[in-house]
Amino acid sequence: MTDNRQEPNTTGSEKPSGHGKMVIKLLAIVLGMFGFGFALVPLYDVFCDLTGLNGKTANSAAVYEVMEIDESRTITIDFITRTNTGMAWQFEAEKRQVRVHPGQMNEINFTVKNPTAHPVVGQAVPSVSPGTAALFLNKTECFCFEQQVLQAGESAVMPMRFYVDPQLPEDITYFALQYTLYDVTATAGDIVMNSSE
Amino acid sequence: MSTVTDTIHHENDLHEHHAPPSGIKRWLYTTNHKDIGTLYLWFAFIMFLTGGAMAMVIRAELFQPGLQIVEPNFFNQMTTVHGLIMVFGAVMPAFTGLANWLVPMMIGAPDMALPRMNNWSFWILPFAFLILLSSLFMEGGGPAFGWTFYAPLSTTYSGDSTALFVFSVHIMGISSIMGAINVIVTIFNMRAPGMTWMKMPLFVWTWLITAFLLIAVMPVLAGAVTMVLTDKFFGTSFFDAAGGGDPVMFQHIFWFFGHPEVYIMILPAFGIISQIVPTFARKRLFGYASMVYATASIALLSFIVWAHHMFTTGMPVFAEMFFMLATMLISVPTGVKVFNWVATMWRGSMSFEVPMLFALAFIVLFTIGGLSGLMLAITPVDFQYHDTYFVVAHFHYVLVTGAIFSIMAAVYYWLPKWTGKMFDITLAKWHFWCSLISVNVLFFPMHFVGLAGMPRRIPDYALQFADFNKWISLGGFAFGLSQFIFLALLIKACRKQGDPVSDQVWEGAEGLEWEIPSPAPYHTFETPPVIK
Repeated sequence: MTDNRQEPNTTGSEKPSGHGKMVIKLLAIVLGMFGFGFALVPLYDVFCDLTGLNGKTANSAAVYEVMEIDESRTITIDFITRTNTGMAWQFEAEKRQVRVHPGQMNEINFTVKNPTAHPVVGQAVPSVSPGTAALFLNKTECFCFEQQVLQAGESAVMPMRFYVDPQLPEDITYFALQYTLYDVTATAGDIVMNSSE
Repeated sequence: MSTVTDTIHHENDLHEHHAPPSGIKRWLYTTNHKDIGTLYLWFAFIMFLTGGAMAMVIRAELFQPGLQIVEPNFFNQMTTVHGLIMVFGAVMPAFTGLANWLVPMMIGAPDMALPRMNNWSFWILPFAFLILLSSLFMEGGGPAFGWTFYAPLSTTYSGDSTALFVFSVHIMGISSIMGAINVIVTIFNMRAPGMTWMKMPLFVWTWLITAFLLIAVMPVLAGAVTMVLTDKFFGTSFFDAAGGGDPVMFQHIFWFFGHPEVYIMILPAFGIISQIVPTFARKRLFGYASMVYATASIALLSFIVWAHHMFTTGMPVFAEMFFMLATMLISVPTGVKVFNWVATMWRGSMSFEVPMLFALAFIVLFTIGGLSGLMLAITPVDFQYHDTYFVVAHFHYVLVTGAIFSIMAAVYYWLPKWTGKMFDITLAKWHFWCSLISVNVLFFPMHFVGLAGMPRRIPDYALQFADFNKWISLGGFAFGLSQFIFLALLIKACRKQGDPVSDQVWEGAEGLEWEIPSPAPYHTFETPPVIK
């Protein structure tokens, strides 16, 4: 009896099959757009790598091939160092500003000191302004390629070797390279333990 | 013998099917588009008053310079939750409620295509806002990072309540997506024979396009809040520079959702105004086809302008030029709409009933909001206007005197059809004039303090802004109080007080919804109407 009561109601409001197909198509759009939101993350990185829009330099070492040094051009580069909130290290560049020729190999030292009473892992993140110059700043050696560990009170000198690509657009004569140091001890705790042994 | 009893039972079922069950069960179990529309509209109104109460806290604090009433952290929670509630709890559900009531009646369909999903998409909504509001009572308070929840404010510097915020936004998103799918399937599959695409009322057209925007961008918002959740609680680095992420990318993803979202909140308003103006001008809508194309082009352009919210993040000049010009391009289809409304009224035999008063206020005041938007689109000057009260003035003109005035216009326009009785016209006129005057006292001076440099989202301000802020706050309190006139009117209307109205209700009204009896019966168009 109960079944009989239910049936007409259900069949009465059952939708024609045409709706089902359309709902599936629309749900596919929804899922696709959810995926697209996440796909924006790698797309953004690729886009920035190609165009240098966000001023990030390459994450790995460049290889220097002997090339002609363009002495007719002099590029001024500012070095800016800063530490993120919560990062206690002292962080400085040996020179605030250098003047270089495109194609010429240069080296500059950065000094860091951990004044705290415990080991800290740091990660430097570079940023070039204007962003388009980032594509033409090639680093053959940089402390920013990996995390740095400093024991309590320890200090270190970190070299950075780079050259400016002679292809650098004519209108750029001056750019700034900024390093921001982040405290990544929380996510890299294992490294501290291993190196302190 | 058994067949006879069966038949009797079937007849009983049919009766049950026609008369709604009484009490709370009617509302909990309902799959009727009119019931669900009513639920959505009341929910939106309750949220409007809740978010409004938070605005009152904000304006009370800003009545004088210095910290008077609330702590800065609580002030930030108020600005954040006010924004979230008004966007996701008031404006969007109100439009969905109107769509539920009107779309089936306007296209000659018996109900929405997916009535059970319709019930779901409403009933998960109160829980989403219960979760969001309960987070205000957590230790450390609720979300305080602004409704835009920029990283790292929402990842590194937020409290544990962020998890509740993320979960509630997920539920709101699921609700809107289900509502949008329902609208699309209904409009595609359930139009009465003869209701061709270019015969559809503009409210139906604008909602169809809005629904497509919703299913395209709400999932992106869901992705953004999910990334915030995993960055904060599960150690990912989507927006954390130290781990290889980029906080600016958050803004790109957020505004890829956020800019279409602002058109989600205004396109149905365009549809409502396009229904109301011809009725009270007693002329056909000028440029129907251009209205449809303008709506579609606004929707398409909304996907390529998102970075105009981010001019000061250090984009290359080329990108700033692109986003500036693309943004200014949107004023062309929007201008087409405004001119079409004006042309509809030109030499019409106009009368000024309450829905028309709200519609006229919409056209004038939304245009002011549009023009300040055009000013903000100009990259070089945006560097001055960015994050000031000028921006607050701009988006409140388009959202309060735009979206919310259009919702009020819609309620006054269709309320007699819903209840069968004319609302209290005296109260309605009081509501209109009090709202109109106070809303301008509230938001117009914000342009001036913004241009003079008063930053938004700060609980304190420099002394020279004190006089203007006093006026703004007084306007705010008056606007808040005016809404209780609306509440009183709605309660009277729901008690079915007032003079009975004819089926057509308004002399110049045209469309299928004016051909059914007033009040609209529980079931309409069970046999499809004939479209002339």
